[in-house]
Amino acid sequence: MEDIPRLPTAWRPRSTEGLERLQSSTPARIGVWRAGTRPTTGQMLKFRCDHASAVDAVYSEVSEELLLELGLFTVETQYGNKEIYLKRPDRGRKLTDEAIDTITKKCKLNPQVQIVVSDGLSGSAIEANLTDCYLSLLDSLAVHGLEAGTPFFVKGGRVACMDQIGELLQAEVLVLFIGERPGLVSSSSMSAYMCYRPRFGTVESDRMVISNIHPQGTFPAEAGAYIGDLLHTILQHKASGVKLDSMRK
Amino acid sequence: MRTTQLFGNAYSFGNLKELFAKANEEKSGDQLAGIAAADAKERMAAKLVLADVTLAEIRNEPLLPADIDEVSRIIEEGVDEPAFSSIASWTVGELREYILHQGTTGRHIERISFGLTSEIIAAVTKLMSNLDLVQAAAKIEVLTTCNTTIGQRGVLASRAQPNHPSDQVPGMLASLYEALSYGIGDAVLGINPVIDSPENVKRLLEATKEVMAKWEIPTQNCVLAHIQTQMQAIRQGAPADMVFQSLAGTEAGNRAFGIDLSLLDEADELIRAQGSSTGANRWYFETGQGSELSSESHAGIDQLTLESRCYGLARKYKPFIVNTVVGFIGPEYLYDSKQVIRAGLEDHFMGKMHLLPMGCDVCYTNHMQTDQNDMDNLGLLLGAAGVNFLIGVPMADDCMLNYQSTSFHDIATLRDVLRRSPAPEFAEWLGKMGIMNQNGLTPSAGDPTLFT
Repeated sequence: MEDIPRLPTAWRPRSTEGLERLQSSTPARIGVWRAGTRPTTGQMLKFRCDHASAVDAVYSEVSEELLLELGLFTVETQYGNKEIYLKRPDRGRKLTDEAIDTITKKCKLNPQVQIVVSDGLSGSAIEANLTDCYLSLLDSLAVHGLEAGTPFFVKGGRVACMDQIGELLQAEVLVLFIGERPGLVSSSSMSAYMCYRPRFGTVESDRMVISNIHPQGTFPAEAGAYIGDLLHTILQHKASGVKLDSMRK
Repeated sequence: MRTTQLFGNAYSFGNLKELFAKANEEKSGDQLAGIAAADAKERMAAKLVLADVTLAEIRNEPLLPADIDEVSRIIEEGVDEPAFSSIASWTVGELREYILHQGTTGRHIERISFGLTSEIIAAVTKLMSNLDLVQAAAKIEVLTTCNTTIGQRGVLASRAQPNHPSDQVPGMLASLYEALSYGIGDAVLGINPVIDSPENVKRLLEATKEVMAKWEIPTQNCVLAHIQTQMQAIRQGAPADMVFQSLAGTEAGNRAFGIDLSLLDEADELIRAQGSSTGANRWYFETGQGSELSSESHAGIDQLTLESRCYGLARKYKPFIVNTVVGFIGPEYLYDSKQVIRAGLEDHFMGKMHLLPMGCDVCYTNHMQTDQNDMDNLGLLLGAAGVNFLIGVPMADDCMLNYQSTSFHDIATLRDVLRRSPAPEFAEWLGKMGIMNQNGLTPSAGDPTLFT
């Protein structure tokens, strides 16, 4: 009689309770077991699913509905297309001539607080988190008696596009909501960069950031309120980033 | 000015810097810097011209003069003059053939290595195919000793990288136990901290040291904080077997990392006096193509040549381990799998040509045109090339640094497929623990509760 192929018996750790304790102490993928030296089918596919979601986030677009709902008009940087955007960060820092024209026509000059939104490296991060964060920021600004200028959406933006916008509108303080590089834990994580009087030549250390804004990280609504407080502090001290830190010490 | 005719076109290259950049395989970082070849034909014209340049010409026309850059100065001071003069008249093309010649062994390459500048090593790399890079690197055996010795032919060592998103010791230990249960951790137990403070570094160093003592593990520990933070921790009595630092290929690039030669010298003295290890090699360096461009300190030099210069600097400190974090930097420097795989093989070869104990963090970020299958490929290629060590991360997913590397499973598999073993002392320990034997992983391997 021929041998009948047999599946290996299911894995039992030496201590089930011990394994649970280890697993609950870290988000790392441990206690995953193996097929020979390779990961099990379930673990391998789970990893691939998370990566698929991250890759799709890079290529995702922010929907017209969301922008309409929040009353944001759209302008573009010189990013061209997704491939150029990824290869040439410098292009994502420069607005098109058309964008400059539109912003100049539509926006209030010398705003106290200028709000800008960009897809960055994850359109789905904006889609998932912007509404809650944005609305609570508006509430927070009202509480602090701060006045926001005309908000808009920048397609294909990089963080430093805030300098050109700050220059154009002579903004007192600017906050940019932008999609972060997707990770496997969250493909939809948003950051908020803030800067006092961003202008051409602004140094990176003058920017400050609240990152990891998503339901499993910093809650979007909480982040919005906190950002409002921070903008208030920035305006009080007329400084942001490292400069602000040293003044507050 | 160097010129050539190709396909009926005339090509000219104003200086070595331009020639070096244009002779590179295609990289998005060289394109971003605006120094890459315009098309495939110009790239080939540059390679043809470079093949006929002599080693003496390269030494005599520095890309970044030694009087204005301390990395250049270290490279220049390190040249062994008799070794250099014996080969100064060779062309880059001839150097390639010498390295690949069947009669040329690792010992022969070692002898000429002391006469080569980092720029010469970069130049020959530009003329080599991927398989050239694998075969040539495989000739060179580099052994180093911290507490234990790694680098032997037939050994594939590994760094256990048990990072935790908030530096919590129990969570770090959980990943470390998982690593050890797969036979991972013979190169180093190395943690990237979230909080860069001496107290935190000390806490993590003590935690890994305790595990090493309790289970009598023959390896070494390291916490990859900024060098000054590590130095403060060591002065406060933290048990560090080695010190870590990221390197750049220019003085300005290193300044962007917050370091210079005098600081490295100071750290070197400290770890030799107060380190908790016993061996001669007490440094861990990380590098990676593109870091100088990202800090605008590249001086118009291509990213491959700058990477080679990092190794020229690293060589001064006789490190225990060096690895390129090849795919961490992103698509604006290495766009896709083709470019990352090429860079990984280049970096490993260039490091070995400097006689460095080269490892590689075979890795990528999610906005690059690459995936885990490409990492499988690069791991296998580097394994064949004799890479000293790879990075072990739980299921390849680093939950703190948010990028993907190689997994414990991957390293165990490469050892199996390529017939490589863990470092000898560590292998013996794994045998004693019942985790590995001559046939590879035992049935109880892969169970982190072995250590609870």
